[in-house]
Amino acid sequence: MPSILTIRQLTKTYANGFVALKNIDLDIRKGEIVALLGPNGAGKTTLISAVCGIVTPSSGTITAGGFDTARAYRPARAMIGLVPQELATDAFESVWSTVSFSRGLFGRAPNPAHLEHVLRALSLWDKRKDRIMTLSGGMKRRVMIAKALAHEPSILFLDEPTAGVDVELRRDMWNLVRSLRESGVTIILTTHYIEEAEEMADRVGVIHKGELIVVDDKVALMKKLGRKRLALHLQEPLAAIPAALADWPLALKADGCELHYEFDINAEHTGVPTLLRQLSDLGIPFRDLNTSQSSLEEIFVNLVSDREKGSHL
Amino acid sequence: MSFNGHGVWSIYRFEMARALRTLVQSLVTPVLTTSLYFVVFGSAIGGRMGEVEGVNYGAFIVPGLIMLSLFTESLFNASFGIYFPKFTGTIYELLSAPVSAFETVLGYVGAAVTKSVVLGLLILATASLFVPLHIQHPLVMIAFLLLTATTFSLFGFIIGVCANSFEQIQVIPMLVVTPLTFLGGAFYSIDMLPGVWKTIALFNPVVYLISGFRWSFYGTADVAVGISLTAISGCFLVCLAIIWWIFATGYRLKK
Ligand SMILES: Nc1ncnc2c1ncn2[C@@H]1O[C@H](COP(=O)(O)OP(=O)(O)O)[C@@H](O)[C@H]1O
Ligand SMILES: [Mg+2]
Repeated sequence: MPSILTIRQLTKTYANGFVALKNIDLDIRKGEIVALLGPNGAGKTTLISAVCGIVTPSSGTITAGGFDTARAYRPARAMIGLVPQELATDAFESVWSTVSFSRGLFGRAPNPAHLEHVLRALSLWDKRKDRIMTLSGGMKRRVMIAKALAHEPSILFLDEPTAGVDVELRRDMWNLVRSLRESGVTIILTTHYIEEAEEMADRVGVIHKGELIVVDDKVALMKKLGRKRLALHLQEPLAAIPAALADWPLALKADGCELHYEFDINAEHTGVPTLLRQLSDLGIPFRDLNTSQSSLEEIFVNLVSDREKGSHL
Repeated sequence: MSFNGHGVWSIYRFEMARALRTLVQSLVTPVLTTSLYFVVFGSAIGGRMGEVEGVNYGAFIVPGLIMLSLFTESLFNASFGIYFPKFTGTIYELLSAPVSAFETVLGYVGAAVTKSVVLGLLILATASLFVPLHIQHPLVMIAFLLLTATTFSLFGFIIGVCANSFEQIQVIPMLVVTPLTFLGGAFYSIDMLPGVWKTIALFNPVVYLISGFRWSFYGTADVAVGISLTAISGCFLVCLAIIWWIFATGYRLKK
């Protein structure tokens, strides 16, 4: 797959000396959905802002569709649409005039049919003559998405698009994202909702303290970094974990009826056979067992906490 | 795409739409205020003033009053136009758009100039209702009108880019431009000032503007019209250079 966005050695040091991005290397393939995860202050917005021209990079290069975003900013920016994290709209403009403005600003000739299509897809068509200030917060966010799509971008950035929005808008948004992807638009989004990344994204990147600590195929990432949990459904509930098993990372759940064991599926010895043997030696019978893959959230928490431990060494 | 004409037009239209929404504030108020000046200074006081440099006093103050409105409106319109998106956060769109610095300035300053020139002409028309007007050099008059509106709109744009609050946008017109205009011969000829003040007045750039503008009406001037034109052109170039520097360094617009 050809790369549509290439970021090389991107570093951003803010005026106050704070280093928000450190040597970021990232390739986004044409037509994929990439989710950027990371705690607050990780640098996600800074990264997006640097690509879109809102923040000037301190060093490094960014190319969009082969165009350097600094030197050939016109063709580069013309293909990018941005929905920023913060709600910011022109209060006195009508919905229609604000999306027309956006299309023109990005150098495109008027195309009422396209704007109508965008507004309908976002359930804004009936509101097109309304002043933006009369709309609800959720509607304003839809307006910002419509503005970003007005010039038919081939790369779309969504910065925390679902933070604080209602269920309906979230559902509409993901439907829109899917249909955009089908039409070939590349989508890069940041989110706090890991389930969303898990459900929507093809690839996931994790940013922590200005560093991109991992970017991988979502499935591969979960395999590679995933931990599994073995749940044993006991015949008799246990009051406490037997002393003989004190060295194992075990947890009692469901009032002592379930014994949980976390293990790394990549480890040479997962410990599962040994644990089962010890349980039978101790005379703790179980009715059933199952294993489950850890979620991205758990992967993410592990990654970040590994980092923090590492940095203290 | 080497020139984003759609982009410039979008900005221009957006700014003009804003003016139309606030028509009372942007046109009616200044016209009414200036009319009051004519009534008070032109008719009430001017009736006892006789003539200045061979011109009826009411007519004498017309160029100065138009200039005063041109200064304040150009400054306010252009500074507000670029400051407001900074204030509301909608500037993100402009920064992420394929619009060059030149195109941005063309859109915002072009709209501010249009509004100021329309206002200037409206005040001129209003004035003609109160006092006998005669314009000796209409082309020079238009040139001064355009150059002044453009220069002060550029200046306003700079203020808007640098401003961190609405107060700062209002302070410069209030604290700098209004005094300079009143001291700049809007209501009198510099020749009427006593000795040393006449020399001091020559350091006031507004003197050259009003003097040149008045020359285009009545053919009389405090300083030679060539010097006036040079002075305003110089101010224009200085503003252009500052704006070029602002965009070249990304000063205060980008993080
Ligand atoms: N203009 C700025 N000046 C200085 N520091 C900033 C500025 N903007 C953001 N930061 C800092 O950079 C870090 C990354 O911010 P941001 O990119 O917004 O993170 P995220 O979007 O991942 O929450 C934060 O610690 C933030 O405080
Ligand atoms: Mg953010």
